Amino acid sequence: MRLAALLAVAMLSAPAMAQEMDGRMDHGAHGDHGAQGGQAMPDMPAMEDEAGGDPHQGHDAHGAPAAALPLPVPDHSAHRAPQILPATPDLPGDALPPPIPEDHAADRYFPRERMERTRAALRGEGRFATASVMIDELEYRPRGGKDGYAWDGRFWYGGDIDRLALSTEGEGRFGAAPESAELRAVWRHALDPWFNLELGVRHDFRPDPERSYAVIGIEGLAPYWLEVSGHVFVSDKGDVHLRAEAEYDQRITQRLIFQPRAEIDAALQDVPELGIGAGFESVELGARLRYEFARQFAPYAGIHWERKLGETARLARARGEGASSLAAVVGIRAWF
Amino acid sequence: MESPDFSPSRRRLLQSGGALAASLACARAFPAWARSGTAGAGTGETLSGDRIGLTIADSHFSTGGRSAHAVTVNGTLPAPLIRLREGRNVRIAVTNRLKEQSSIHWHGLLVPFQMDGVPGVSFPGIDPGETFIYEFPVTHAGTYWYHSHSGMQEAIGLYGPIVIDPAGADPVAYDREHILVLSDWSPIHPHEQLRKLKLMGGYFNYRKQTLAGLLAGRDQSLKERLEWGAMRMDATDISDVTGAAYSFLVNGHGTAENWTGLFAPGERVRLRIINAAAMTNFNFRIPGLAMIVVAADGLEVKPVEIDELQIAIAETYDVIVRPQAADAYGVIAEALDRSGLVRATLAPRLGMAGPVPPLRERPLLTMRDMGMDMSPAGGEHDHAGHGAQASATASQGHSMTMRDPSVAPQVKLGPGVASLSPMPADRLGDRPTGLEQAGHRVLTYADLQSLRPNPDPRPPSRTIDVHLTANMERYMWSIDGETLSDGARPIPFRLNERVRVNLINHTMMPHPIHLHGHFFELVHGAPGHRPRKHTVNVLPGGRVSFDLTADGEGDWAFHCHMLLHMHAGMMRIVTVRRPAGDA
Repeated sequence: MRLAALLAVAMLSAPAMAQEMDGRMDHGAHGDHGAQGGQAMPDMPAMEDEAGGDPHQGHDAHGAPAAALPLPVPDHSAHRAPQILPATPDLPGDALPPPIPEDHAADRYFPRERMERTRAALRGEGRFATASVMIDELEYRPRGGKDGYAWDGRFWYGGDIDRLALSTEGEGRFGAAPESAELRAVWRHALDPWFNLELGVRHDFRPDPERSYAVIGIEGLAPYWLEVSGHVFVSDKGDVHLRAEAEYDQRITQRLIFQPRAEIDAALQDVPELGIGAGFESVELGARLRYEFARQFAPYAGIHWERKLGETARLARARGEGASSLAAVVGIRAWF
Repeated sequence: MESPDFSPSRRRLLQSGGALAASLACARAFPAWARSGTAGAGTGETLSGDRIGLTIADSHFSTGGRSAHAVTVNGTLPAPLIRLREGRNVRIAVTNRLKEQSSIHWHGLLVPFQMDGVPGVSFPGIDPGETFIYEFPVTHAGTYWYHSHSGMQEAIGLYGPIVIDPAGADPVAYDREHILVLSDWSPIHPHEQLRKLKLMGGYFNYRKQTLAGLLAGRDQSLKERLEWGAMRMDATDISDVTGAAYSFLVNGHGTAENWTGLFAPGERVRLRIINAAAMTNFNFRIPGLAMIVVAADGLEVKPVEIDELQIAIAETYDVIVRPQAADAYGVIAEALDRSGLVRATLAPRLGMAGPVPPLRERPLLTMRDMGMDMSPAGGEHDHAGHGAQASATASQGHSMTMRDPSVAPQVKLGPGVASLSPMPADRLGDRPTGLEQAGHRVLTYADLQSLRPNPDPRPPSRTIDVHLTANMERYMWSIDGETLSDGARPIPFRLNERVRVNLINHTMMPHPIHLHGHFFELVHGAPGHRPRKHTVNVLPGGRVSFDLTADGEGDWAFHCHMLLHMHAGMMRIVTVRRPAGDA
C-alpha cells in the first residue's frame, strides 16, 4: 500500500519535477535544453538549501533515527565543520597522522573470536598457492631409421614467492634405453619482479653411470621477453657443470607461435666416464612452430639440432658416435 | 497493509523461489525490474519498505548457450532491486543458504561500519544457515548497489541494484526510469581465472601484438615494440579477464537475449547505470541519443551532456535520455579492451532490437600509461606520437628507470612491484583509456561538478600518498607493495579530520578504487562543487587526489574493485577513530 502511495505521489509530481530539472539544467554549464528550460523555474527545491547550509545534513539524518535502533550507530553530532570562506587556500596542511589503532572496531559489536577467525580468513585470501603441470615438449624425432623422442616437463606447487618445482627432461631412441634422463627438484624463490633463485638437487638416471648433483641457478624473464636460465651443477663426485638456456615466443598470429630455443652446456673438468671433456660440452638449438588451439594445448612441428663440442665431441667420435645431429620434430605442448 | 516484503505470502514465495532455484538445474528467473520489456523500474515488484528479506543460495545461470553454477539472491541474477526512501530506517534480514560463508555489502551507502558487511573488517560474515540482520538509517538518495564481499561470490552472481528515493522532491525530472546493471559472466570460476592468470599473465588476452600485425603496419612500430619489450611491458595488456572468457550482460541478459526497456517518444528517460562487473570497465553509449549525466555514484551532478562515458567497475551513473523517434536504440556496453560488448535495447514496444555496432579497434597503452609522459594532460594527443615523444625523453637521460625507489619511498620494492611511474600525471581531465580518439563527447571526471555544495569546506590538514602497485607478469597486486596477507598495517584517520589522499597508479591498468563508508571529493577545479564519489578510476600512470572528511567512525575496507586485484591483495583497511582523550 505504502509503495502504491509513493508511486502515485511520484507520478503526480512528475511534471513538477520536470520543470525543476529543466530550470536546474539552465543553471548548469551545458544549457542546450532551451526548448523546455527556464520556462517555469520556481524557487529552487528546498533540498539544495538544506544541503548548502549544513555541511553534514546526511549525517544528521544518519544520527537522528539512531536512537530508535537497537544497534549503536556512530555519533556524528560532534562534527561541525568550521565555516570557512571558500576563498581559503586549497593547500593541505602538514598535520601528523594519528597512531595506528591496535584494536579492531568490530570487536566492540561482535564476538572477538568470530572476528579473529574471519580476519584470519581475509588475510589468508591473498596467500595464493596452486599447482601447475607443464609438458613443454613431448616430441617425436624421426632420424633415418632410428627414430627418437624427447621430453621436457615441469611441475610446481606453491605461491607467488616460494615454490617447489620438479622438472624432468630427456631424450632417446625407440628400442633402447634413453640417452639422457634427468629429474630436478628445486626450491624456487622469487628474487625480484622477474627472476627466481633455484636451489635443489638433480639426479641423472641416464646416461650410465647415474649421478646426482646439487643445483644452484637463476631463472626468469629477461628484457625483450626472453625466458632465460643459468644453472651450476656440482655432482656427488665433485665435478662441476654449467648450463644456460634461453627461449623466446614470437607470436606470428594470436595462436601461431614461433619459438626458438637454445641451450649450452659446459664442464669445468673432464668426466671421462660420462664422455664429457672440460670446456664447452654441447650446444642445442631448436625452433618450434606451435598452434595454440587453446592456451593449454598446442601441437607443434620444428627442428632440433645439437652438436657436441671440443673434447666432448672428440670423445664421442672416438666411441664411433656422431658429434652432431639434426632432426625434424613433431610434438605437443600442454599444461594445466 | 504490511510492507509487502514481509507479508507471509511474499516470504513464502521468496523462500520457495530460492529453494526452487537451488534444486533446479537451470533457473532462469529475473526479478521484475530486470525482466526484458519492462515499462520501467518504477513499476512492478521490488523489495522496499522497512523490512526486507534476502536469501543467498546456490543456483545456476546460463547465457549465450553457456551455463554454470551461480550464487544468487532470492533465486535471481541480478539480485532483486531494493528500493528505499531517504530518511527511513531499514532492517534487511540476510539468510545464507550456501555451504560457505557469505555477506552483503551496501555499496555506496553510508551505514554504520558494523552494518557495512565486509567479513574480517566490519563484521564476522554470515555463516552457512545463519541469518544476519542489517539495520541502518537511509541517509542519502541515489543509485547504488549491493554485492557479496566474501570470496568470489560477487563474480558469480551476487549483485543487485539499490535505488534510494529522495525524502523531498527529486531534483532530477524524468517520466520513466530503467535500471541497467552491467556485468560480466564466465563459466570459468573466478578462482580458476585467477589461477590461470598467475600461471600466465596474458592468459585471456588474444589481442596481443603479432608479427603479422607488424608486417601489416598495425599497432606499434618495431622501434616502439623493442622499447616496450626492453621494459617487459605489453601495450595490449588492457584487461585481465577479457571477452575470451566473459559474456557481458545487461540486467542478466546477453546481446541475443536483447534486454529491452520501453519508452514513449518524447519522454525523459532516466537510466540508472550500475557497473556490477567483476573485472570489466565498460564504454557505455546509446548511438543516436545524447546522454545528460545527472548523477555520479548516486549523488547529483550539474547536468553535462555527452555521447559516451566509461563506467568503471563499482561506479554508478544516472543519465537522462530523450528519445524522440519511435525507434529502437541500441544500448551498448563495450568492454574497455574491446574484446566484446553487450547490446540492450530502448524501444517503444517489445520485439524491436537496436543495432549492434562493430567492436572498435582495441586501444594500445602509451608511455603516458606508464607514468612516463611529460606532455600536458588531455586526450587530444596522437597515440603513436605519444610513445615516441616520451621515449625520446627517456633516452635523453632523465630518471626514467622502471623502479627508481626515490619516486615512491614508502613502497616495499619486492617481487610484487614491477614498475614505479616516474612522472605520474594528474589524469582527471583525461579521457579514459581507449576513448582518447572517439569522435564525440566523452565524459571525463573533470566534467563533473557536484550539484550541491561540498559539505566540508575545510582545506585538508594533511596529505597521504597511496601507491597502487603490481607485477602484472606474476599477477601480484598490492598497495604500497604490500598486501593484507603480508601484514600491511591499516591507514589511520582521526574522526572528522580532513585529509587529502593521493592515489598514484604504478601499474599499466586502470584501478577503480573504492572507499567504504565515505564520499570523497575529487580534487579538480575550484573547491566548492567538486564531484563527490565513493569509487574513482585511477588511470594507468596517473594520479588522483581526493579530499576526505573521515566522518565514519570505525574500520573500513579500501580497495581496488577489480575483484581479482582485490583478492590478490590490492586492499587496505582504513581506521577512523576519535582522537585520544576526545571521548
